[in-house]
Amino acid sequence: MLRLEPFAFARPGSVDEAVALLAKHGRAARLIAGGTDVMPNLKHGLYEPEVVIGLSAVAELRGIALEGGGAAANGSDGELVIGAMTTLAEVESHPLVLARAPGLAQAARSVAGPTQRTMGTLGGNVCLDTRCVWINQSHFWRKSLGYCLKKDGTVCHVVQGGKSCVAAASNDTATLLCALGATLVIRSARGVRAVAIRDFYKPDGAMNQRLEPDELLTQIRVPAPRRSSGASWSGYAKLRARNSIDFPKLSIAVAWTTDRVGAIDDATLVVSAIAAVPRVIAGIADLARGGRADDPALIARLGEQARKVTIPLTNIDGDTGWRRAMVPVFVKRAFAAARMATTG
Amino acid sequence: MTAVTHLLRLDVNGSTVDVAAPAHWTLLEVLRYRLALTGSKQGCDKGDCGACTVLFDGKARLACITLAADAVGHRVTTIEGLVTPAGLDVLQRTFDEAGALQCGFCQPGMIVAARACLDRKPDATRAEIKEALASNLCRCTGYTKIFEAVEQAVRAGKAAHVGGPASLLPSGDATPAPASGAAR
Repeated sequence: MLRLEPFAFARPGSVDEAVALLAKHGRAARLIAGGTDVMPNLKHGLYEPEVVIGLSAVAELRGIALEGGGAAANGSDGELVIGAMTTLAEVESHPLVLARAPGLAQAARSVAGPTQRTMGTLGGNVCLDTRCVWINQSHFWRKSLGYCLKKDGTVCHVVQGGKSCVAAASNDTATLLCALGATLVIRSARGVRAVAIRDFYKPDGAMNQRLEPDELLTQIRVPAPRRSSGASWSGYAKLRARNSIDFPKLSIAVAWTTDRVGAIDDATLVVSAIAAVPRVIAGIADLARGGRADDPALIARLGEQARKVTIPLTNIDGDTGWRRAMVPVFVKRAFAAARMATTG
Repeated sequence: MTAVTHLLRLDVNGSTVDVAAPAHWTLLEVLRYRLALTGSKQGCDKGDCGACTVLFDGKARLACITLAADAVGHRVTTIEGLVTPAGLDVLQRTFDEAGALQCGFCQPGMIVAARACLDRKPDATRAEIKEALASNLCRCTGYTKIFEAVEQAVRAGKAAHVGGPASLLPSGDATPAPASGAAR
């Protein structure tokens, strides 16, 4: 049995109520969206909140819509707006997501198992805590090893003599949202701000999100593909031990656009489950431009570009050499997954 | 800090129950230790194994990582609630007939998750059944007989053409619902 330590519980009915509670309690509060990450972490003593704020009754945080488009009949020029409390199960099967960002549906579908996705939310996945084999353990287990940098301790068991936590971003959807250049909308009692998801994460495994204690993620916004594009594509591939439940050992997302004749005019490749920040691989657009997504030689070059700069640590289980060798394989699978899906 | 106790009005297996429980208790703890509904199992207790699966407004949900206070306003159905005055759920019968268990610990969660699957898709294929049960771990059976039991329930549903699972049962097979007097 894993018992929770006592806390008070609040259940706001609106975003205004939720941010007022956050303003009042600050660092003493912990938000719960679907609970699939926060609840096990609470049970392991990773957080010690005085107040837990459950968001399940905030209806305005749910839903998927297109905003700001209208010219194109299929809405392909609008911005895809997803409420933070929309469940992963809703994201993976929603027609707008399947049409506009099929890779996001693939990434959402790859999270955990179906019951966890019925509970878990997109906002919760974006705000998933970093993971490490040395931290996602019971309090008894962690105490026996003298704790670690991420919580209660002063040593890192992954990097000898390490002074900063290297726990890894393990959120499948964040990798894909970084590839698509999504924007996050964040509310607090002080106001509202928008931040590019690529700027939202910081290289600190102890807390990898640029989110103040009084702030609440309310929306995930996926931009329309550039007007000049012939078509846009996105795909996701995940290295995991089993076909369900597991967090990624390697998380790879691709997104690209093609011109009127089907040649790639822009491409992004993101690798995650390696470090605290999903890594946008440099130089991919230049390598890919003018090429074709069904050219195996090009995909192999892009995979090699990603493999060169991907250095897995022992923060996630699975042999580090094997995880690195799998990078080009899963780049290929991400491109294949994208081409299997229809595009907008 | 000291525990805060809430009075919760829950909808469990079709009954409205008022229960006093600490704010940090999970739905599973309230079901097992306040309402004596011990069919939902406490396995890993951190959302990995699926033994605690209940229906939450008809959808599968892990009770061990759901706060009881967050269940207010939702319809909760446990394995006990699948039994009606007309008898066992067809899945309870086919799990028995197929021998889809060894130790039996995962079985309540398996049956509840399978019920959510068939409510959504009464003609689920083997692949859809496997996917729907992917959040439920069984360490004994190797899953084959579990999938066969759900397929058997699909076939029973097709043979009957109409009605819910209860209507599939022969009238002589009625089993009384287990006492849940402790719930009130």
